[in-house]
Amino acid sequence: MCRPYATPLHPPLLYQKPDKPGINALPVKRPNVVKLREQLIPLIIDLAVVLVFLPNATNSRMDIFLQQIVNGLVLGSIYALVALGYTMVYGLLGLINFAHGEVVMVGAMVALSVINFGLANGWPLPLAVLLATASAMLCCMALGWLIERVGYRPLRHAPRLAPLISAIGISIILQQLMMLIWGSTYRPFPALFNSEPHVVLGASITDLQILIIVLAAATMGGLMLLVQRTRFGRAMRATAENPAIATLMGVNTNRVIALTFMLGSALGALAGVMVSANYAIAHFSMGFMLGLKAFTAAVLGGIGNLAGAVVGGLLLGLIEALCSGYISDLTGGMFGSNYRDVFAFLVLILVLIFRPSGLMGEKVAERA
Amino acid sequence: MSLLSVRNLHVAYGAIQAVRGINLDIAAGERVCLIGSNGAGKTTTLKALARLLPAQGELHYDGHDLQRLPAHGLAKRGLALVPEGRGVFARLTVLENLLMGTYSRNSSKGEQEADVQRVFGLLPRLAERAQQLAGTLSGGEQQMLAIGRALMSHPKLLLLDEPSMGLAPIMVQKIFDVIRSVTEQGVTLLLVEQNAHLALSLCSRGYVLSNGCITMQDDSKALLANPQVQATYLGMHMA
Ligand SMILES: Nc1ncnc2c1ncn2[C@@H]1O[C@H](COP(=O)(O)OP(=O)(O)O)[C@@H](O)[C@H]1O
Ligand SMILES: [Mg+2]
Repeated sequence: MCRPYATPLHPPLLYQKPDKPGINALPVKRPNVVKLREQLIPLIIDLAVVLVFLPNATNSRMDIFLQQIVNGLVLGSIYALVALGYTMVYGLLGLINFAHGEVVMVGAMVALSVINFGLANGWPLPLAVLLATASAMLCCMALGWLIERVGYRPLRHAPRLAPLISAIGISIILQQLMMLIWGSTYRPFPALFNSEPHVVLGASITDLQILIIVLAAATMGGLMLLVQRTRFGRAMRATAENPAIATLMGVNTNRVIALTFMLGSALGALAGVMVSANYAIAHFSMGFMLGLKAFTAAVLGGIGNLAGAVVGGLLLGLIEALCSGYISDLTGGMFGSNYRDVFAFLVLILVLIFRPSGLMGEKVAERA
Repeated sequence: MSLLSVRNLHVAYGAIQAVRGINLDIAAGERVCLIGSNGAGKTTTLKALARLLPAQGELHYDGHDLQRLPAHGLAKRGLALVPEGRGVFARLTVLENLLMGTYSRNSSKGEQEADVQRVFGLLPRLAERAQQLAGTLSGGEQQMLAIGRALMSHPKLLLLDEPSMGLAPIMVQKIFDVIRSVTEQGVTLLLVEQNAHLALSLCSRGYVLSNGCITMQDDSKALLANPQVQATYLGMHMA
């Protein structure tokens, strides 16, 4: 039986809605329409200026410059793949999955084991590489699912610090686990191609590097199609914007979130295999720096924005390659290319100070 | 046999009891409204019915125990809520918003296209804006989109939360015409409104919610003639 208060019909205006309506209000958002072209044009101009003047300013030779561009594109493709993992999760949950770098590392380690096993058992190299990559991606998808389920989902409504601490915990566990399994030494990653590098205009590029750039581009193109054109992609974007309304449409948002973690982890695994193959090395701690740099790339592009992650990744790769290539000349030999890691974090700090929404992000972060 | 039956529904936000034991019964094909002033608990009631809020009480819909269904399982069973404030996906286009309405049906491209055309026929304004981002629509257009999106799922029971809110009278008229024509095709309606006159003239029956409790229920004519309702809910709109 419903028992009203003393006066059954209250004067209506006595009831004020709370200032912060929380779940009560389903807000109508009017986003700033991000004009891709307007954002990209100044970017391209800047890049062109750098490309034209940097080699002249340092009196360097064109071939060295081109070489840095090649290196930057390879590095950038890898950063972009990893950055997509950060940005997809952030777009959906407003959460920075700081364990993502470790997923990349696990991908590399799994691939290394499968390749070594395959080569020891006389598999042809292409088959070993293919199976290694596939198993790395599958393992990492399972890992991504597990991380979300165990590490983040129980904390979905907890204060923001809680999932961050959870992420650090997961990172430590994964690193230590991998160290126990694969040891703490640098493990050589077998060469996947034996051919000589191609020399174009004095810059050399290996088959592996070409494969990395092409495969990363194709994968990212596929992801864009998935997100923009498919039913699942629509559900993903709807969930990112308003999970409660997406639920009303019949979307199982928990499933969308889990699948997004798996998708990001698969891309991360692919990137992990690429890094290890490119540098011919794998190590249990390799995920940390790579993860931080890819996170920087995501922030540079505008975290939460898929195209931004790609642009940010490529740009960061180029910045890093060019800066570490020329720092010695520019500083009269005072700093060498061993300072390469500094540039990524310089970029991160500058972006956070001057344009926290990143190159392609919306002006105001809608989801804190 | 009622399509929706609610027994002793309680909803609380922490210590705040927003809905305190209400009963509702809606037969298939009926048009029923739930009126009440700001803060009475109307939105809370609808959200509880859509399983977006934890609630106590017995909720039966079309042979289902709603308390046992997940929130994302309702659309496929024909229960659609058009939420307060419209809740369109601002960053999706109008067409994508409509397609989200068919998400639970998992229908073929052809069926989807037919559904889109049906909704465009009902709401021609949306057809003109199909490729526009929903966030760039006017309030009235967003309300049309929210209703159109709900219709994409072929609902049996439509829950509408204050569709007239913040709209110019002419737009309200258009939207209520659409709602009427939809219900004339057999969709059952539970309409929540602060605008009691509007709601009672569309619906055959109404509940008056005050302070989380149903204080009156009657057919629309009787409620419109009731002096207490007139003073509290109809007079309010003159002011
Ligand atoms: N998220 C919330 N947290 C706390 N109290 C809420 C919340 N949402 C609504 N309320 C309170 O519940 C009561 C009913 O609100 P609501 O259902 O939105 O009213 P109506 O839709 O009839 O205007 C109000 O007193 C309101 O302040
Ligand atoms: Mg309300």
